[in-house]
Amino acid sequence: MSLIDTLAEARRNNDYQAFIDAVPYARFLGLTAGLVGDELITTMRFGDHLVGNPALPALHGGTLGALLESAAIFELLWRAETIVLPKTITLTVDYLRSGAPVDTHARGIVTRQGRRVTNVRMEAWQGDRGTPVATAHAIFLVMRG
Amino acid sequence: MSDEELRLKMVRGFSQNVPHNRALGMNIVEMGQREATFELPYDPKLVGNPDTGTLHGGAITALLDGCSGAAVFAALTDLVPIATLDLRIDYLRPAEPHRAVLAKATCYKMTKNVAFTRAVAYHDSPDDPIAHSVGTFMVSTKAGRS
Repeated sequence: MSLIDTLAEARRNNDYQAFIDAVPYARFLGLTAGLVGDELITTMRFGDHLVGNPALPALHGGTLGALLESAAIFELLWRAETIVLPKTITLTVDYLRSGAPVDTHARGIVTRQGRRVTNVRMEAWQGDRGTPVATAHAIFLVMRG
Repeated sequence: MSDEELRLKMVRGFSQNVPHNRALGMNIVEMGQREATFELPYDPKLVGNPDTGTLHGGAITALLDGCSGAAVFAALTDLVPIATLDLRIDYLRPAEPHRAVLAKATCYKMTKNVAFTRAVAYHDSPDDPIAHSVGTFMVSTKAGRS
């Protein structure tokens, strides 16, 4: 089954995890996703392989960037009327504090939906959502082909 | 071994011991005075689109972040802790399946508090990039001083 078909079926079944599990890199990071109220929240379960600084310890910046990018893509795929795999054009991550060795949550919010490109801003947090560990914004190409 | 060689050897050892770099299978190809070249071998576990076998953008992000950080370490006169402030990545074309991705980063400006980097990810030549990034790093972080 193609990725698009897997996603279509996951949406029909309201089973987002089935789609995430179809992406090898999402499994490698330990991502899970689910609706909390109206919000699609993506969670990166902590694992020792995500550590960038073993002395602190702190998450590798790349893992937070990947979580934020994934949260944006999942948001686009979940809300889109017709499913097109978004292509990331540009991603900017602001690292606000070091990521503790615990689960990290992220959410993407579409700020502009165009015919060709979509702008999304994202935030990632651990315990307290009011003090995010990282924020980001990204632009995606959302055309077929 | 000169001080310079010793310092670069320490940076190399440090980067190789980062758990996430090891989990990704990253290799340090070359360390220069304010430059670093890393390699990310192709691995099916890092695929973003199973239909095409293309690597996930997140793996490229981690490669560019790690390589840029190493370039900052290579530019420091003392090995003090650093922290990424921001990183912007432009994805120019997909990485080709079953091929390693290289990243070459340069710390092109070092100030008392902040270091500035640019980096490219590529297969064959930095002139034919897969992704381009610019980053800023805080030098000597509070966490490191305490």
